[in-house]
Amino acid sequence: MGTIEFIIGKYNYWVYIILMMVGFYAMIAKHNLVKKLIGMNIFQWAIILYYVSIGSKKGGATIPIIQNGHGEVTHAIEAAQYLNPLPHVLMLTAIVVGVSTTGVALALIIMIYRRFHTLEEDEIIDILRAPNK
Amino acid sequence: MITPLENIIIKTLCRLLIPFIQLFGLYVIVHGHGSPGGGFQGGCILAASFVLVVVAFDLPEAKRRFSEKLNNIFCSLGVFIYAWTGWMCLLLGANFLDYGILNKILPVNPVMARYYGMFSIEVGVGITVMAIMVSLFLDLVTGGKHEEALDE
Amino acid sequence: MKSLAFIATIITGALLIFATVDFPDWGDPNSPASLHVSPRYIEKTVKETGVPNMVTSVLADYRGYDTLFETTVIFTAGITAVMLIRRPRK
Repeated sequence: MGTIEFIIGKYNYWVYIILMMVGFYAMIAKHNLVKKLIGMNIFQWAIILYYVSIGSKKGGATIPIIQNGHGEVTHAIEAAQYLNPLPHVLMLTAIVVGVSTTGVALALIIMIYRRFHTLEEDEIIDILRAPNK
Repeated sequence: MITPLENIIIKTLCRLLIPFIQLFGLYVIVHGHGSPGGGFQGGCILAASFVLVVVAFDLPEAKRRFSEKLNNIFCSLGVFIYAWTGWMCLLLGANFLDYGILNKILPVNPVMARYYGMFSIEVGVGITVMAIMVSLFLDLVTGGKHEEALDE
Repeated sequence: MKSLAFIATIITGALLIFATVDFPDWGDPNSPASLHVSPRYIEKTVKETGVPNMVTSVLADYRGYDTLFETTVIFTAGITAVMLIRRPRK
């Protein structure tokens, strides 16, 4: 049963790699600019979910908030009872950076539309290559 | 298109729901210590209530309730509150953002002084995130043409 | 063009899946991510800061300097969108 254990131990990485490749394909193969932006967003969220899945622990670990924690704590706190909080913290920063990048990219797309009146990549390249218009 | 009768239903429901959404956003910011939440999450919920006003009513109606000049002041006010808390720790003699030294001005012990320092910076982060989300939304939905803008 | 992109995607995915052979198992309590500084944050958070939520205490107290510059990042994104899009008044 070594193969079954191997698959159970690693399948979360494989699922997030498939999601990453879906976003990667959208970024390099589509011609519309908005579809490329959505591909970048899918790629980013796949990486964030990948990191959050690293912090899980088997054996009944609960969410990273200490129970009955207000005031003085009398019971012992063991590290194996609670989830690892570090990936959650680092991914909060990554989510905020992703939102900022998407906002600036959408503003850039509006400026490109004002200048060229189209959002298809090959039409923009044709306009740029023939400047005598 | 939306008939006038459906418009009345949307307007009445949104007028009832928006105060509760804002109250929930404030609860998420303040209870960051005991339940999942904190500054970023609460700021996004507060910004979502403003987006609901713009979607249900008109854009000039929304600007009459929450003017854009106040929004621009809130953008920088949050970062200023955060940096001011760190700067107070530096003036009292400890390192930057070392909240244990704040028990010289607040009447608590050093462990609870860290608690109140954390509360102050979460409020600052929530204000900035709310103001920036509203500003981004207004820029993208009008295409830059705020009132009396030049056409091109 | 699109078939070339598809082949490149398949090759990248296969290389990444080949690299996960020696990763730690999912849910292993002895993986390196849960061993060095994370038990200290879990055990000392109520004693040193008085806040039971570990995520908030790490984000706002132990790593508060990173959060300051993250707030600056989102502030810069808002200013960039204003500078790019707004048109002048008459």
